[in-house]
Amino acid sequence: MPSPRYWREIPSRYRLEATRCGDCGRVSYPPRRICPECRSTDGETIELSHEGRVLTYTVVHVPPDDFLMEAPYALAVVETPEGARMMVQVADCDPASVEAGMMVALEFRLIRREGKGGILCYGYKAVPAYPMGGEAEAELRSKESEVAHA
Amino acid sequence: MREVAIVAAGMTHFGELWGASLRDLFVEAAQGALTAAGTDHLDAIYVGNMSAGQFVGQEHLGPLMADHLGMAGVPSVRVESACASGGVALRTAFLEVASGASDLVLAAGVEKMNDGADVTAILATASDQETEVYHGATFPGLYALIARAHMAAHGTTEEDLAWVSVKNHRHGALNERAQFQRELTTDQVLSSALVSEPLRLLHCSPVSDGAAAVLVCPLDQASKYTDHPVVIRGTAMATASLALTDRRDMAFLDSVAASGARAYEMAGIGPEQVDVAEVHDCFSIAEICCIEALGFAPLGEGRHCARTGETALGGRIPVNTSGGLKSKGHPVGATGIAQAVELFEQLTGASGDRQVHGAEFGLAQNMGGTGASSVVHIFQAV
Ligand SMILES: [Zn+2]
Repeated sequence: MPSPRYWREIPSRYRLEATRCGDCGRVSYPPRRICPECRSTDGETIELSHEGRVLTYTVVHVPPDDFLMEAPYALAVVETPEGARMMVQVADCDPASVEAGMMVALEFRLIRREGKGGILCYGYKAVPAYPMGGEAEAELRSKESEVAHA
Repeated sequence: MREVAIVAAGMTHFGELWGASLRDLFVEAAQGALTAAGTDHLDAIYVGNMSAGQFVGQEHLGPLMADHLGMAGVPSVRVESACASGGVALRTAFLEVASGASDLVLAAGVEKMNDGADVTAILATASDQETEVYHGATFPGLYALIARAHMAAHGTTEEDLAWVSVKNHRHGALNERAQFQRELTTDQVLSSALVSEPLRLLHCSPVSDGAAAVLVCPLDQASKYTDHPVVIRGTAMATASLALTDRRDMAFLDSVAASGARAYEMAGIGPEQVDVAEVHDCFSIAEICCIEALGFAPLGEGRHCARTGETALGGRIPVNTSGGLKSKGHPVGATGIAQAVELFEQLTGASGDRQVHGAEFGLAQNMGGTGASSVVHIFQAV
C-alpha cells in the first residue's frame, strides 16, 4: 500500500472512528459519507468502544505473502456495543480457542509489514477480554454462555 | 428488445497450462466458436477477465485479443467484475445485440493464473482492501467466515460441505475439459489440508488457466450459423457490499437472490422449471448458499442436496454437471462463459455422458468476490 493511502486511513484505523447515521442510527465503520441503509448524509463521527463480541471467525492457515510469518492466525468479525462491525485478527491466544460469542478487547497493534519496503502498518487487533486459562476464565465463560442463551 | 441466441461455443481445456499464454488461451476458445459458426466476421468482442494486469502484467486486453484473433479494427473491450467478469461479458454482449446495435458479438472469458504471481493476494483484491485484506483476510478466509455463519444459522456441517466437492468431482470425472477428471471421497475431502477453518483444500476450487467463448446474435438470424440455437431468456445482475461486515446476514447472498429473481421475472419462469444449472461453487459453501438464494432448495436445506443426490446428475435439479468450479477448474474471468458453454451443450443435447435428458431450461449463476456481484442467465432450448 502506498504511504499516502496509509496516512489517509489513519483516523479510522488509529482512533476507531465511525459514522452514526442521524436518520436511521446505523453505525458504519470505517466512516462513510452516505448511510448504506437509508442514504442519509446526516452522519456524526463517533469513536467506538475498544471492546466487542465475536460474531463469526476462522483460522487462516494459508495467508497472503505479507502474513506468512503470522499463520495460522484467527480472523474474526467483531461487533462493538455501538453496533459497528469490523474484521480483525484475534491475538494473544491459541487461535483454536476463538469462538462465536467470545468477548474481546480491541488493542492497538502492528498489523503487517507491507511489501518489499517493509512499511509498518498499524491498527487494531482483538484480544480475549479476560486472561486466558484458570478458574476466572471458566467462570466468565459460563456467565457469557448464560447471556448468549438468554 | 430483440430476442438473442447463442449460436456457437468454444473452450480450452482448463488446468495448469504452463505452455499456453493469456492470448493463446483466448485465441483457441474464440477461434473454436468462430469455426463452429462458420464465420470470420464479428461486430464486437467482450473479453471477461478479472486481473491479467496482476496475474501476467497485461492490461488493455480488448485490442490485444482482437488483434490476435485476426480481427484488428473490431470494437473490443475488457469487462471486469472479479470472478463474475465472464458472466458480465455475456450480459454486455446480450444487451448490445438485443438493442439492435450489433448483430454478431463474441462474449469470451480468459484468465492465466499460473504464471508465478501471488495468487492468494491477487484474488483477495476482489474483497475490501481497507477493511478486510488489510487485516489478513484471504478469499478462502472470507468464505470460511460465511461457512461458519451458515453452520451457526442452519446447522450445516463439514461433511455437508464435503459432499458438494464429492458430487462435483463425480460430474467433472465425465468432463474431458475438466482440470480434475477424477472422483473424490468425503474422507479425502475431510482429511485434506486446512486452508482456512473449516475450509480444507478440497473444499476450494483450484488455480486454473483457461478460456471460453460464445457467439450471440439475434434469434431470427441464428439459422445462418447453426440449426440448434439456445435463446437467452433472462439476464440480470445485482450487487452487494464488498465487505462481509456490511452484510445484513453473512450466511445469505443477497446479490445472488436479487439477480436470480430479476432473471426469473425476465424469463417468465421460476426455479422449479429449471432443468439444469451451473452455479458459482468457488468454495463448497458457496454452492449451498447459491442454491438456497436461487430457490433450488429452501433456506437452510441446501446443505443436504449434494448428499441426497438432488443436485447430482439424475437428481431433481442437477447442479454443476460440468464439474463446477471445483472439478472443472476456475480460471476466474473465464468461468462465467464456461458455464454458458456447458448449458449451451446441455440444451443442444451435446453433453455426452453428462447429458441431462430432455433439458429445456438452463440457469447459470456467476459471482464476483464473496458475492458482491452476481449475474444470472436463463437459457432455453428452441
Ligand atoms: Zn441511515
